[in-house]
Amino acid sequence: MEYLIIIISAVFVNNVVLSQFLGICPFLGVSKKVSTAFGMSLALVLVMGLATLVTYLIQNYVLINTWFGEKMDITFMQTIVFILVIAALVQMVEIILKKINPSLYQALGIFLPLITTNCAVLGASILVVTKEFAAKGVESHMMNLGESVVYSMSLAIGFGIAIILFAGMREQLELSNVPKALKGTPIALITAGLLALAFMGFQGIV
Amino acid sequence: MAIKSSLRNMVLVLTLVCLGASAAVAVIYSVTKDPIAAAATAKTNKAIEEVVPAFDNNPSEEVLNIAADLQKPDETNKVYVAKKGGEIVGYAIESTTKKGFGGAFSIMVGFTPDGKVYNTSVLSHSETPGLGAKITDKASHFITQWKDKNLTDGSVNISVKKDGGDIDAITASTISSRAFCDAMEIAANVFSNITSENK
Amino acid sequence: MSKFKYLIDGIVKNNPTFVLVLGMCPTLATTTSAVNGMGMGLATMAVLLCSNMVISLLAPVIPNKVRIPCYIVVIAAFVTVVQLVMQAFTPGLYETLGIFIPLIVVNCIVLGRAEAFANKHSVGESALDGLGIGIGFTLALTCIGLIREILGNLSVFENKFSSSDGMLVFVLAPGAFLVLGYLMVLFNKLKDRKKKA
Repeated sequence: MEYLIIIISAVFVNNVVLSQFLGICPFLGVSKKVSTAFGMSLALVLVMGLATLVTYLIQNYVLINTWFGEKMDITFMQTIVFILVIAALVQMVEIILKKINPSLYQALGIFLPLITTNCAVLGASILVVTKEFAAKGVESHMMNLGESVVYSMSLAIGFGIAIILFAGMREQLELSNVPKALKGTPIALITAGLLALAFMGFQGIV
Repeated sequence: MAIKSSLRNMVLVLTLVCLGASAAVAVIYSVTKDPIAAAATAKTNKAIEEVVPAFDNNPSEEVLNIAADLQKPDETNKVYVAKKGGEIVGYAIESTTKKGFGGAFSIMVGFTPDGKVYNTSVLSHSETPGLGAKITDKASHFITQWKDKNLTDGSVNISVKKDGGDIDAITASTISSRAFCDAMEIAANVFSNITSENK
Repeated sequence: MSKFKYLIDGIVKNNPTFVLVLGMCPTLATTTSAVNGMGMGLATMAVLLCSNMVISLLAPVIPNKVRIPCYIVVIAAFVTVVQLVMQAFTPGLYETLGIFIPLIVVNCIVLGRAEAFANKHSVGESALDGLGIGIGFTLALTCIGLIREILGNLSVFENKFSSSDGMLVFVLAPGAFLVLGYLMVLFNKLKDRKKKA
């Protein structure tokens, strides 16, 4: 039950793009076609799940731990450590995928390098270890490892839903007659604004 | 322009850059450690000043840890005691509720020794900007209505009118208003426990 | 004198928000008010200025294949420094901007300038470029923040000019997209008119 609330909250209510403003660059950049949007989202679910798994363990067992008999809290190194881990992780996923499943690599490979600088990955990793999870009917609490990973992957799924919907609309926009000054990014932003307005309707359900 | 990308060079440079960066950050951390702690204390002190009558002691040094629910003695709230000329003029109670719209939120509630609310101040919250975040508006009716209410003698039902209580909620922010009431109730319970324990 | 071209370019011709369309996350997320937008802009500018200078210094000794990781480490270090300094001296702003301060690391503007400019130019030029882009970014964010604040909260730099409620939607998420979208339309229109004239 609790996991269900976490998933609904992460996918719809706190949608990573439309209400938390993470990962806007790929949202605007790779949303011209539904198929590429789908590939990007799939790669993101994989990377965000893995990244949160690793950074959660680092936060709780490396940055906050007893070293040399002394209790240490070096969480101020969080940003540096997390971004390096994520960059390395993405590289590793790329190499492994190439070896064990070339066809999947063909499909997702080109999106992986872009993911390192997708702020949704670093954002989610930092959020799950610093912020409490809050929703209706659940006492707000720090998430444990399982919940963190589920939360992150749900955020990525939320990204997927938003970007696929958005790409569908942009494909339609291509065919319509848009005033010159609105062509390209401006009309995309305004469309995204309306989509965000629609997603606001989810607020309050959990 | 760049040097050769041999394995030795790459490892060496990357290691050096990481070491340099970590060292720099560690230095800055040790320099800013005290100001960061001072900023946190200053924030608490400012909140205390806002919620109790004028005092001349240092309430941050006279902290009581009191439970709101005597059945759960481990969950204590911080109570700052404000004194003037050795006489207690008020108690500032830190109270946190987990029932906010966006998660936990904390307030500082000031009581005069007779159990009346002197003032309140929001310490941290994650309510919706423009809606629930109105709880931070010090001049609003929602905040000023608490003033001089005695929350400890049972004369006030601490919940919003929608739930049958005596408190006017903020329009369109019932959940945030409820959470605020919840935090007030916790603070009131803490206050009752001080007077029966440490007076 | 010609060096100041780099500074002006960053503000107008290469404006990170309206022309390059980079760093959209903080642009949309932190512009709920002019003060917040400006704070975010200045924090980014500080990181950009420092990282540009250090990277242009280090560029000759960094092997090509590991340059991106090295840049990221340098940038992350400066971001942490800014984070600690803000926590100490502007705790209120630090709390409001929250997660978006550490996220300066993955702001494409910073890494983009390191890769496209700083590693090919002298320290002085890189500093001017960082400053220019930083000012351009700060101006854009303050401007968006100001408009959202006026429409959504009826206030200017946190001074309310009317006690009634504004159009709340502009302070919330959808407003961010809409305001930025329409500002870009305006920017395009002005550019177009200039071209014709």
